[in-house]
Amino acid sequence: MRIVASFLIEPGFFSSAVVRNALITGAIVALVSAMVGVFTVIRSQSFAGHAMSDMSTLGGSGSFLIGINPLLGFVAASFALSGTMELLGVERRRGRDVATGIVLGGALGVSALFLYLDARSQSTTGAAVTILFGSLFAQSSARVPIMIALGLGGVIVLGIIYRPLLLSSISPDLALAQGIRVRLLSFLFLSVMGVSVALTSIEIGTILSTALLIGPASSALRFSRTPAIAMLCACSIGLIASWLGILLAYDSYYWPPKQRGWPVSFFVVVFIFLFYLASSFKERNSLLRRKNISLDRDTNLEVTS
Amino acid sequence: MTNAISSLELDQVSIWLGGKQILSEVSFAIAPGEFTGLIGTNGAGKTTVFRAILGQIRPSGGKVIIAGRDRSKGDTSVGYVPQKVQIDPDVPLRARDLVALGLDGRTLGLSKRSVADKELIEETLVAVGAETIANRRVGTLSGGELQRVLIGHAIISRPQILLLDEPLANLDIKSEHEIVDLLSTITTDQNLSILISAHDMNSLLPFMDRVIYLAGGRCASGTAEQVIRTEVLSELYGFRVSVIHVDGRVVILADPPPMQAKNKVT
Ligand SMILES: Nc1ncnc2c1ncn2[C@@H]1O[C@H](COP(=O)(O)OP(=O)(O)OP(=O)(O)O)[C@@H](O)[C@H]1O
Ligand SMILES: [Mg+2]
Repeated sequence: MRIVASFLIEPGFFSSAVVRNALITGAIVALVSAMVGVFTVIRSQSFAGHAMSDMSTLGGSGSFLIGINPLLGFVAASFALSGTMELLGVERRRGRDVATGIVLGGALGVSALFLYLDARSQSTTGAAVTILFGSLFAQSSARVPIMIALGLGGVIVLGIIYRPLLLSSISPDLALAQGIRVRLLSFLFLSVMGVSVALTSIEIGTILSTALLIGPASSALRFSRTPAIAMLCACSIGLIASWLGILLAYDSYYWPPKQRGWPVSFFVVVFIFLFYLASSFKERNSLLRRKNISLDRDTNLEVTS
Repeated sequence: MTNAISSLELDQVSIWLGGKQILSEVSFAIAPGEFTGLIGTNGAGKTTVFRAILGQIRPSGGKVIIAGRDRSKGDTSVGYVPQKVQIDPDVPLRARDLVALGLDGRTLGLSKRSVADKELIEETLVAVGAETIANRRVGTLSGGELQRVLIGHAIISRPQILLLDEPLANLDIKSEHEIVDLLSTITTDQNLSILISAHDMNSLLPFMDRVIYLAGGRCASGTAEQVIRTEVLSELYGFRVSVIHVDGRVVILADPPPMQAKNKVT
């Protein structure tokens, strides 16, 4: 056991402050994303989540260009987008495709320009790589409390609006009939989603943030009986994937070919994908079982008739 | 209508939507415990009447009065079963969860449900005959099963009025009867007024105390005997409709246009 552990956990893992920060922020990010993700999938707003990460890229590259904290850039851009989406009603199914194509393609285009300008002004600092693939091990300790505060804020808001949000996600008509303010909730939810995507962008980058938002949630929804259980499952999956990802990324400093450390985001997404595969396998099995039962019934019918 | 307070009253309600007048000076009143049918063709404005009662559309004229008071937002004395509720089978929401959300869907925070609340949820599931499907995912229920669960969701907060928007559309004859039976039991058990919309009223006929007809933005309201007559219906629909009495029951038939009738005979 000890040999396995020492093989898996390279020396200095727990004593490193960088790793500790990564584990803490990784956990908070995984928890917010998973909870937001469950609602995102139930509300069929995966699109909005993706739009949010495109927009986050814009905020991130803009903040590199003008030299402010990228976290601020990510959050500001996501907030701006959630407001706009609610105003335009982009989250409604009809407007989606058009808006993705035009507005969000535009956001990425401007990001490319920002990154280009940035690369020319200062010598290449890897801003593009940081924005697109995250920088979990590069968190300054000063940023950790802010990330925790933002993450906790998101979790608390979701906890407060949990039931009305659930009802209005399932059926806006039923929610309206109870006097629930569906549009206000929708805006609040998009804002929390914005915070969550901003945090994820810091951790594993904007390109992969959708994976952390949607992946654990959609796996969990497949085998959970209630929304609350789905939340717990999604949080566990997100947490396990993040922590294992951090562990392996740390280990990979000792790996070939470069002895340079593989990106955390790669490992995190691999684990999310494995969970997703496992959950579809489970679902297929139970579908097959159900099919067998109905086949049996059919044959019974034939015999009796 | 003057002797007791009506549970619901529309007084000269007019509604415009998209530059078109949908309802013009619609007035009717429903007494406590009454089973009322809101009948009208597609597009007559049935859903619009419900949305006005729920306070989702503000009438350009007239008033909606509930239990003697003006309608206020978040009024829980009105239960509602919408015309279309589509829930994805992927959503892990059991029938019992949906019924429970009728009780505390507005509640903020993550408070645990009390024992009394849990009992009420079980009672309601039994009352609507959904106890055997209580743990099934809502998205996998059949149309009739979903209607029961939605009715449970609507009545668990003990409203005085229950609005149902075409709950019988898409149901087979047997489920139709079961749902109407269920509704009439609930009306008597809970002294609830029911306003149920439909475009075909045959299965409602034995139960309706009152009929409200919508056509061309106007309404005619009266007891079933007053309204369900060949002359009244034919005028409302704009073509000949026959009201036939068979075996002590009333059946409404749309007379086929002459051409088709001739073809049928051969
Ligand atoms: N938001 C809106 N803007 C413009 N017109 C509307 C709007 N909502 C409804 N209408 C129109 O109002 C009329 C009445 O609609 P409503 O949905 O109330 O009919 P209904 O009786 O419920 O019909 P159905 O039996 O098909 O459900 C229709 O002609 C419809 O096109
Ligand atoms: Mg309608």
